[in-house]
Amino acid sequence: MLITCPYCGPRDVIEFTYQGDANRTRPDPASTDQAAWNVYTYDRVNTLGDHAEYWQHSGGCRSHLKLVRSTLTHAISSTAFVRDHGEKKSASRRKPGAAT
Amino acid sequence: MAEYSVFSLLRNAFSAQPDWKPAWRKPDPKPEYDVVIVGGGGHGLSTAYYLAKEHGITNVAVVERGWLGQGNIGRNTTMIRSNYLLPQNQHFYEHSMKLWENLAHDLNYNVMFSQRGCLNLANSPSQLDDFARRGNAMRHVGIDAELMTPEQIKAFLPALDLNIGGRFPVYGGMVQRRAGTARHDAVAWGYARGADRRGVDMLENCEVTGFLRDGDRITGVRTTRGEIRAKKVAVAVAGHTGQLMKMADIDRLPIESHVLQAFVSEGLKPFMDTVVTFGAGHLYVTQSDKGGMVFGGDIDGYNTYAQRGNLPIVEDVMSELAAMFPGLARVRLLRSWGGIMDMSMDGSPIITTGPLPGMYLNTGWCYGGFKATPASGWCFAWTIARDEPHPYNAAFTLDRFHRGLVIDEKGQGSTPRLH
Ligand SMILES: Cc1cc2nc3c(=O)[nH]c(=O)nc-3n(C[C@H](O)[C@H](O)[C@H](O)COP(=O)(O)OP(=O)(O)OC[C@H]3O[C@@H](n4cnc5c(N)ncnc54)[C@H](O)[C@@H]3O)c2cc1C
Ligand SMILES: [Zn+2]
Repeated sequence: MLITCPYCGPRDVIEFTYQGDANRTRPDPASTDQAAWNVYTYDRVNTLGDHAEYWQHSGGCRSHLKLVRSTLTHAISSTAFVRDHGEKKSASRRKPGAAT
Repeated sequence: MAEYSVFSLLRNAFSAQPDWKPAWRKPDPKPEYDVVIVGGGGHGLSTAYYLAKEHGITNVAVVERGWLGQGNIGRNTTMIRSNYLLPQNQHFYEHSMKLWENLAHDLNYNVMFSQRGCLNLANSPSQLDDFARRGNAMRHVGIDAELMTPEQIKAFLPALDLNIGGRFPVYGGMVQRRAGTARHDAVAWGYARGADRRGVDMLENCEVTGFLRDGDRITGVRTTRGEIRAKKVAVAVAGHTGQLMKMADIDRLPIESHVLQAFVSEGLKPFMDTVVTFGAGHLYVTQSDKGGMVFGGDIDGYNTYAQRGNLPIVEDVMSELAAMFPGLARVRLLRSWGGIMDMSMDGSPIITTGPLPGMYLNTGWCYGGFKATPASGWCFAWTIARDEPHPYNAAFTLDRFHRGLVIDEKGQGSTPRLH
């Protein structure tokens, strides 16, 4: 299986770490909604076909990626950075020590 | 006279072999059954057998989309053990072990159950402590376990490199001598024949494509061979559980489908007479009666329904095998294949009534559903017949994940990679 990292190009799957199902949303850390946390922790859509999922290019540029990959054929139809790098950074996201 | 015996063998040997019957009939579906079991794998077939044998329920069909035994029951590395830590698993798997010990007689079918032992190697002192704890927990409830020193292991398994390449020295191990292997195909065929002879219909090439419903209640299945009504519908489709549940509008489950690969080498002269597992990685290996080394390691690790794996795991598994047994480094690989596994989020199975009225669910077998085949069918049949679980499977509920009652054998927390 080859994964095309938007930064590094096509690389062998061995360079990547699977981070699982991207169809779930983590509740707000302050949330005390037990049911929402249970769903997030345990329940999976387990799609047969196109599956949205996270991978990290851990043996490369270390970017976190979001892929759409078929669980039947392993063909990847979309690859993107999890965080859109073109997006204007908000002040609170500034690197410590970076010029203002 | 038993259908298979030395006498029937002799009688047929001295004639033109006229008496043998196919192990199961090929009936057409009836419009209605008392119980329809979806999935003709080990668990579906053993469920049918025990429904007929233990509960007298024989108006039953096993509905299989391909051929009986085409799934994981025919793809596994056949290792059988009951060396668990948690009481829920201990009682269940020990019940399975006891059924294995009498299975060939019970089925009148040679399942080649071989209690050659299973040795878990400890490759760190803390792992050895952990085995001591697990072994004590097992012995406490009457399951056999022995802790071994490296010297004892040397005598038990001379072929092993106790240094494991210098990086992972063996500190000791735990052996369960009653553990072992069995012939997986024979298990499927034996259960199928036993159920067939008691009146169960095996419906092959009959894929379930939907459920018949009356409101919330499941009243049958829609299949490629027509609609079949049933008072009770029992689902035992291993890696395809998610797909089946979606047909019943259940979108999320504490299950993911992953591929596990298995490998077999060319035949060798007798080399090892036990099952052994590596503690510093994940590898389990045994030698089949034909001489091939049969082994496997981790799942590939990403969601998949493709019954084939990728090369990184092949490399990983081979390097672990060669580290443990340097003498095998130049042995040629004969075949490898994959199977789709139902990985539950706590590593333990689900055998339960529901999740909808009229439905019964058996899933979540992870790496270890072959050894469970007898007890799984036995408990599932009980649950279906009586509409309540047997104490052996009472903890294997579906709602345990949301109720804080997970059975987390490894103490690792929620992940679909446990075994
Ligand atoms: C490579 C590998 C190695 C393993 N090694 C071991 C081991 O050493 N020890 C151990 O204990 N366990 C092992 N296992 C696990 C064990 O094989 C499984 O947990 C167990 O076989 C699963 O239950 P089953 O036999 O009922 O599944 P299966 O045999 O997979 O049965 C499910 C059946 O359902 C059918 N089905 C699916 N969808 C439909 C549908 N829509 N309609 C009708 N039928 C359908 C499938 O065709 C299939 O025949 C291993 C598994 C694999 C893949
Ligand atoms: Zn990259």
